[in-house]
Amino acid sequence: MKHLTEYRDAEQARRLVAEIARVVTRPWAIMEVCGGQTHSIIRNGIDQVLPPEVELIHGPGCPVCVTPLEVIDRALAIAADPRVIFCSFGDMLRVPGSRENLFAVKGRGGDIRVVYSPLDAVKLARQHPDREVVFLAIGFETTAPANAMAVKLAKQEGLRNFSMLVSHVLVPPAIEAIMRSPGNRVQAFLAAGHVCSVMGTWQYPPLAEQFRVPIVITGFEPLDLLDGIRRTVLQLEHGRHEAENAYARVVNERGNEPAQAVINEVFTPHDRAWRGIGTIPDSGWSLSAAYRGFDAEERFAVAGITTTESPLCKSGEVLKGTLKPNQCPAYGKECTPRRPLGATMVSGEGACAAYYNAGRFLEIASGGSGTP
Amino acid sequence: MCLAVPGQVESIHEENGMRMGRVNFGGVVKEICLAYLPDIAVGDYAIVHVGFAISRIDEASARQTLRTFAEIGLLEEALEELRAGDDADALGG
Repeated sequence: MKHLTEYRDAEQARRLVAEIARVVTRPWAIMEVCGGQTHSIIRNGIDQVLPPEVELIHGPGCPVCVTPLEVIDRALAIAADPRVIFCSFGDMLRVPGSRENLFAVKGRGGDIRVVYSPLDAVKLARQHPDREVVFLAIGFETTAPANAMAVKLAKQEGLRNFSMLVSHVLVPPAIEAIMRSPGNRVQAFLAAGHVCSVMGTWQYPPLAEQFRVPIVITGFEPLDLLDGIRRTVLQLEHGRHEAENAYARVVNERGNEPAQAVINEVFTPHDRAWRGIGTIPDSGWSLSAAYRGFDAEERFAVAGITTTESPLCKSGEVLKGTLKPNQCPAYGKECTPRRPLGATMVSGEGACAAYYNAGRFLEIASGGSGTP
Repeated sequence: MCLAVPGQVESIHEENGMRMGRVNFGGVVKEICLAYLPDIAVGDYAIVHVGFAISRIDEASARQTLRTFAEIGLLEEALEELRAGDDADALGG
């Protein structure tokens, strides 16, 4: 792992860290919502160069990690159907369902394709009119414009052999759920930059006001993160609680309006279960009435599949920020990226995998001998 | 999968009624949907996520981001994701 001080921007980084150290007077717990930010923080050792008063809590913003077990099990059931070409983003293939993962189904002859874009799945539907092409549509607001457009296009072209298994989730209801959860320690949020490039910043001032919590929209690069943290600490120290945009080179107040229009046409708000956390009201999207004909859950009658999670996996606590990955007793023992118990150990953006890949030691075992 | 990568628009065309473009990501060129940035032109930079340009950015920020990604080893990961679609085509044969 490279460290912050090794970069070209080291001087600027040092200045930002010094400024944070100068203004901080007491402990603060700040949650970075997005998994991409967690990945960058751990990879660059940002949490290790901050003054000890500033604690970063890793949030639930990894779509692979929060996709509930029963969605994985439904995906497995559909993917095993010999009529189906099942399309997914690559990092979903190793996510464990209750008995196996998509890789195992592929190994038994299931036709599973890794796609870069949902449009690749639409293309496959065009090329294979005799097969059912199903796309596993997961993601936060950033991914929704792409997934929505794929369904819209399929409908326009009359591709009856295309459908989607939808498990879309949203950031603002997650922030609300975290603030309302008993035992919450989070005092401020770094909100996810790319989510806001689609949705704009307008959703956040009411949340900041309602929960009296600073929300700073932040990018992913080391300097972006340090600047977001600096602005958050300044708000906390001055007793302010505002929504602030620290990523203005990409994000504006209104967001991408053409994308929001297609999202609003194709999707409708829906209660969603978050893996390890449980159901949060209106925390995601499902297909709207006009597009329900493309719902794979109905087409393959898998809505009845329900499942429970491994009691060994503490990913729910990790996702809520009450447990650090290397404080979990299974971390690096029963649970590794090769044999993951939970999704947070699978995705590169999952907090557990980010810790493991950066060689963070198991904290519970004294002497920390639990890692690679 | 949350990664969004800056790229430069090299050309623009229509495909199945959709505004598409060839976008260059540090040397890897990919077909990208431009429908959500109706004003974007050849030579402009945009942030691209799962095949869709979602936000326009200036050239300096784009180059800076690509450099940072390369330094911290994220660029290779991103390019690998970009190639995933080609695999699906190949298997689709």
